[in-house]
Amino acid sequence: MDISVERLSVCYGDKEVINNINFQINSGDIVTIIGPNGSGKSTLIKAMSRCMKPSNGNVFLNKHNINRINTKELAKSLAISPQVKNVPSDISVEELVSYGRYPHLNMLNRLSIKDNEIIDWALEKTGLEELRKRLVFTLSGGERQRAWIAMSLAQKPKVLLLDEPTTFLDISYQLEVLELVKELNKTLGITVVMVLHDLNQAARYSDKIMVMNKGKLYEFEEPCKVINKSLLRNIFGIDADIYNDEINCCPYFIPKKYSAEPRGQQYD
Amino acid sequence: MNVRNTEEKKIKKGFILAVFIFISILSFFISMSNGAVKISFKEIADVLFTESSSVNYQIIWNVRLPRTITAALVGTCLALSGAILQGIMRNPLAGPNIIGVSSGAGLMTLIVIILFPNYYYLAPVGSFTGALLSTLFIYFLAWRDGAAPTKLILAGVAVSSLLSAGNNIIMTFYPDKVSGVIGFMVGGLSSVNWKQVYMIWPYALTGIVLLMLLPNKLNILMLGDESAVGLGLNVEKTRFIFIIISSLLAGAAVSVAGLLGFVGLIVPHMTRLFIGSDYRYLMPATIFTGSATVLLCDTLARVLFAPVEIPVGIIMSALGAPFFLFLLRRKGEY
Repeated sequence: MDISVERLSVCYGDKEVINNINFQINSGDIVTIIGPNGSGKSTLIKAMSRCMKPSNGNVFLNKHNINRINTKELAKSLAISPQVKNVPSDISVEELVSYGRYPHLNMLNRLSIKDNEIIDWALEKTGLEELRKRLVFTLSGGERQRAWIAMSLAQKPKVLLLDEPTTFLDISYQLEVLELVKELNKTLGITVVMVLHDLNQAARYSDKIMVMNKGKLYEFEEPCKVINKSLLRNIFGIDADIYNDEINCCPYFIPKKYSAEPRGQQYD
Repeated sequence: MNVRNTEEKKIKKGFILAVFIFISILSFFISMSNGAVKISFKEIADVLFTESSSVNYQIIWNVRLPRTITAALVGTCLALSGAILQGIMRNPLAGPNIIGVSSGAGLMTLIVIILFPNYYYLAPVGSFTGALLSTLFIYFLAWRDGAAPTKLILAGVAVSSLLSAGNNIIMTFYPDKVSGVIGFMVGGLSSVNWKQVYMIWPYALTGIVLLMLLPNKLNILMLGDESAVGLGLNVEKTRFIFIIISSLLAGAAVSVAGLLGFVGLIVPHMTRLFIGSDYRYLMPATIFTGSATVLLCDTLARVLFAPVEIPVGIIMSALGAPFFLFLLRRKGEY
């Protein structure tokens, strides 16, 4: 499913955090949004997931305005995994995943055999079959993130939006989550849009990278065209050496020092 | 495998629910049998199901039965109201009397009772309006930028004291009517008769029925606002509907029992300890635990210092305040 964003602006109070941006995301791509703190990354993904209303402009999913169409109907094709989540202390993995079926249920809210099959399928896809009875509360960070992704998967979405899925995770869990996202994208063709802080991970796992700076879209291109010295200096304020990772076919860089260039202004 | 295990869980929770129903029915009979005159269960059954004109008949039909029904309804309403508030604000310390909802309902009820005594039957409407206004006020004051538990409590304290200023103004200008409302301020059921039953039941029933249609929405809301939006729940609308239902319930209870504290805070917590936080089970369970709690406390209030009767509110506060402090120290993992 194509996502297109047209003349989008978003405000927090009087402060414009996103300023008139336009782009289009093709079906089946993994797109990663990067940018300095306060550049509007999370706000952008919140606007794309209808968690924040735009002050101007629109977000379309397959030509449907996401703020106009029925929100429950939209949840059947668009799943989100927000940064801040809350989980009751006595809920098991499979119960959490079963909530993913909510948008598909009728008035009686009963899970059908088909719903249960989809829940099993989502658990299998995310490698959580063994942990299905465990309380989400007792899982490790990586497992917990996988459980939330499984819940999103149970929605049977065409598009998955992830707001900082790797934040607060150890490096091994970060890779675990990103590998899972990549696999879901390849095997199920789910379009993925996510916010990441690690630029090397963004370069490695994305088809396209979107660079946000001061609420504007700075660049939206393939990783090898985006990751370069001037971007790292102008936007992120670092000097770095850039290499080519031949095994994963992507650029990677090693930061050398903090450069005194002006950086993105603080919004949040 | 999967299905069977969930079945097991359903059976376990169903059993706990059945126990709660039994306790609630038992409390009903304990409340009916105890008081100034002790009446055995058998006599109660006789009086209820066969025509009679004995003294016990008079006591049961004119005093005990309306009071017991009212106590049960008041308990149910307050406990459900608390369960909803704790859910929608995702805050373990929320409860109708903690965050000032009851005081809003109380002030409006007082206005109706003292200033417009001829319209006493409108007390629930006034009470509901007062509860709704104060919930919305506190909600916008504390919730909008993520209500931390302490912030919500502080907002509640501020709103409560503002409203009690209103109460005091009324009591200052109408000193002759103050003695009649002391029981109301503490929360009591001593002067309850059928009038109160007729007053409260339509509101209580409406609230309960509406609520039983929506437990899944509360479950989804518990996952956090953004997750709930992602699952296709209209969060703002849903939360508003729940605020209205919870005000309706709290308002109904306050209009007949006055400012009965802590039921709405403690009961949902106790119930959650036994049956878990899944609102599909928590809601029905709360109906029975809420009614049982107030029935037993009210019975205690009648027999503890018999023949002197103390307001049930005193018992509730004596039990509830330490529990509240316990929760505050434990800092809810919610």
